[in-house]
Amino acid sequence: MLRFAATRLISLSLSLLAASVVIFAVIEVIPGDPASFMLGLNAEPDTVMALRDQLGLNGSILSRYLSWIGGMLSGDFGTSYTYRVPVSELILARIWISLPLAIYALLLSTLIAFPVGLIAAARRGKASDIGIMASTQLGIAVPNFWFAMLLVLVFAINLRWFSAGGFPGWDQGFWLGLKSLTLPAIALALPQASILARIMRSSLLDTLDQDYIRTARAKGLSRRQTITRHALRNAMIPVLTIIGMQFSFLLAGAIIIENVFFLPGLGRLIFQGITQRDLIVVESVVMLLVFAVISVTFLVDLAYAMADPRLRRRK
Amino acid sequence: MSLLSVKNLCLAIGTLEILRNISFNLGKGEVFGVVGESGSGKSMTALALMGLTPGFAITSGRAELDGTDLINLSEGEMCALRGNQIAMIFQEPMTALNPVQTIGDQVAETLIIHKRANRREARKIAREKLNRVGLPAEQFPLDRYPHELSGGQRQRVSIALAIALRPKLLIADEPTTALDVTTQAQILDLLKSLVAEEGMALMLITHDLAVVAGIADQVAVMQNGEIVEVGPTAQIFRQMRHPYTRQLFAASGHVPARDPQTEDAPLLTVTDAVRTYAMPRSGLFSRPPPFPAVNGVSFTLNKGENLGLVGESGCGKSTLTRAILGLEPLQGGQISLLGQPVGPKMPNSLRSAVQVVFQDPYGSFNPRWKVARLVAEPFHLQPNVPADWHQQVADALVSVGMVERDMDKYIHEFSGGQRQRIAIARALILRPELIVLDEAVSALDVSIRAQILDLLADLSDRLDLSYLFISHDLGVVRAITDRVLVMKDGKIVESGPTGQVFTNPQHAYTQQLIAATPRLPDA
Repeated sequence: MLRFAATRLISLSLSLLAASVVIFAVIEVIPGDPASFMLGLNAEPDTVMALRDQLGLNGSILSRYLSWIGGMLSGDFGTSYTYRVPVSELILARIWISLPLAIYALLLSTLIAFPVGLIAAARRGKASDIGIMASTQLGIAVPNFWFAMLLVLVFAINLRWFSAGGFPGWDQGFWLGLKSLTLPAIALALPQASILARIMRSSLLDTLDQDYIRTARAKGLSRRQTITRHALRNAMIPVLTIIGMQFSFLLAGAIIIENVFFLPGLGRLIFQGITQRDLIVVESVVMLLVFAVISVTFLVDLAYAMADPRLRRRK
Repeated sequence: MSLLSVKNLCLAIGTLEILRNISFNLGKGEVFGVVGESGSGKSMTALALMGLTPGFAITSGRAELDGTDLINLSEGEMCALRGNQIAMIFQEPMTALNPVQTIGDQVAETLIIHKRANRREARKIAREKLNRVGLPAEQFPLDRYPHELSGGQRQRVSIALAIALRPKLLIADEPTTALDVTTQAQILDLLKSLVAEEGMALMLITHDLAVVAGIADQVAVMQNGEIVEVGPTAQIFRQMRHPYTRQLFAASGHVPARDPQTEDAPLLTVTDAVRTYAMPRSGLFSRPPPFPAVNGVSFTLNKGENLGLVGESGCGKSTLTRAILGLEPLQGGQISLLGQPVGPKMPNSLRSAVQVVFQDPYGSFNPRWKVARLVAEPFHLQPNVPADWHQQVADALVSVGMVERDMDKYIHEFSGGQRQRIAIARALILRPELIVLDEAVSALDVSIRAQILDLLADLSDRLDLSYLFISHDLGVVRAITDRVLVMKDGKIVESGPTGQVFTNPQHAYTQQLIAATPRLPDA
């Protein structure tokens, strides 16, 4: 198991390295010079050159790549061209919204999906199964920003239980912060929960068809016992993959929801960075997201190995 | 008094009668063999006794186990009985165990579920039971997972968890069908000794008459959901009163009439063939160690000859087959067909000289194509599809005993035997020199198998075909081949004329194989 984790960790660092090269190269080749963007259309060429020097855009590609990587490893992400503050500050301010939101949404999605998928599988073909399948279909089909607006309309404007948007900051109290993330988390979780519930159901049904379930029944286990003792853990294996993919999506893909609820998250930061040619921000945030995705993949791999002994090799 | 007494057991799904008036008695310490072909109701009889029939099946009649009628028990009462008084093992050892639970936990679970022991005691008893079935603690600690064991070892684990509570009745449904002959012999020995020592009764379900002949005290022959004949084994095999019993018996030992015309011209030559696979890497950057699946194999197949290749699973038969078909490259030696080299880059004209029929008649066809297109597919190997391809497909179907109309049907409309005929038609369509038959009759019932063997023998005589007949079933190889190769661990250990190898095997491994093969008593 340790050896498995170690090999996974090495391949994880290699993927990170490869990703950093790709991100750097893409930012190099895309058109748009931050210096000329900052100085406007009528800037003199000398002024642009001077600003490029100041921003560190004039060195050789290799030296710039190395200084970028070196800086990031020591926690220095560079200075934003437009905000004129360290990128790390910008990220830090926003990650405390995006990360809790992603985790919150994922928790909700999992907490809804597991029991729902389980009930649907256990009552295959009965009314409750058909009802669940129909509503998850709806959950996938409804666009989450529309659903978000509906939530705002009902719970913020009519019932006044939640605020319609914005984030007060964690320093105002944990519960207040959590409360303002609740509607966005629900809006994000609904389609994810629908997908996860369907996968949970089909995975569990596949597992219940396996020969070892019949063996378990022949041992004297009841239907319920075969599900809890044998089917669940086996059915978890494909479900874990989806959970890992969903977390990555929730962390970076919440741009629309962040806009609907006026949340200053990572999605909005990267969007602004792109429109303002603030390339150092874009580079660093993308790298951070890649790091998050790869770390989650690593955790999912470990979870796999824990769930499935066939993946850990006997020493 | 008998332990199990079944009277007029019937089972229906909707209006379809699956079992009709099944009646038999089984005494303590007795082995009761149930034989029949697929769909005869053997497994359904077992499932009905276990109360594990599909939810919508309606069961009637009586089945008393020590005076308790199993048919009318509630699901809760049945759960208390299953694994405790009556246990069952199944055909597929590779999938019958939970892959994410250790073997120790799976055996112990039987005891824990029935509240007969706490976890610690249960694991202790599990250890004893695993020892009993021949899995000693040194090599097979309780924390082993099923994927670390071979098929035979997994079947032993299944037996251990079935006998953990010393049930009165053990039902074994084709327990050795998926195993090699030598492993089969060991498992049958184990079952026999368990019956003798633990005093339980064994209901052994199998399609193989020879298996029951060697072990059962009583035999029931089933056909279409009915027991057509039941009685003491020796008497059944001696008298064979029912025509179906006679038919089964004849089909089991069927030898097709052949008129071999072997020319002394080599068609396929394999010289020092080596095929290695990469094993899993031991570290992230280390080179994967090679594993030689085929290790220096040489033989020649002459025109018109039927050559058999026998060996147990993992011996390299299938790897060699893929190399002969030119699907995979060799790492050493060479294969030539009609004097031209065989390999992944061989020309289509050479490819059309060798065709193949695989084991699984269900998996080897595209379910969305009609038979005409399936059979005509090899024409893609030719530069132009012949104008009369439709007629050629019809002829090929007729030559394998199908009719022209079948061209417009889909493959799911056919039975296993019919599908195998269509597979043979597909192999014949290009008039190849050589057909590779990779376990081509292994998945078929005995009577269908006999028909397909007759067909193959007839085609080989009529069309002057050569066969490379690959099988783990020695009886079939003996019936249809002129010469046989015995393969073990990637090497050919013995070769010679079939009759000679079978009557006077020279290599110890061949002797072991032949000794392990169950034999039908002489009628």
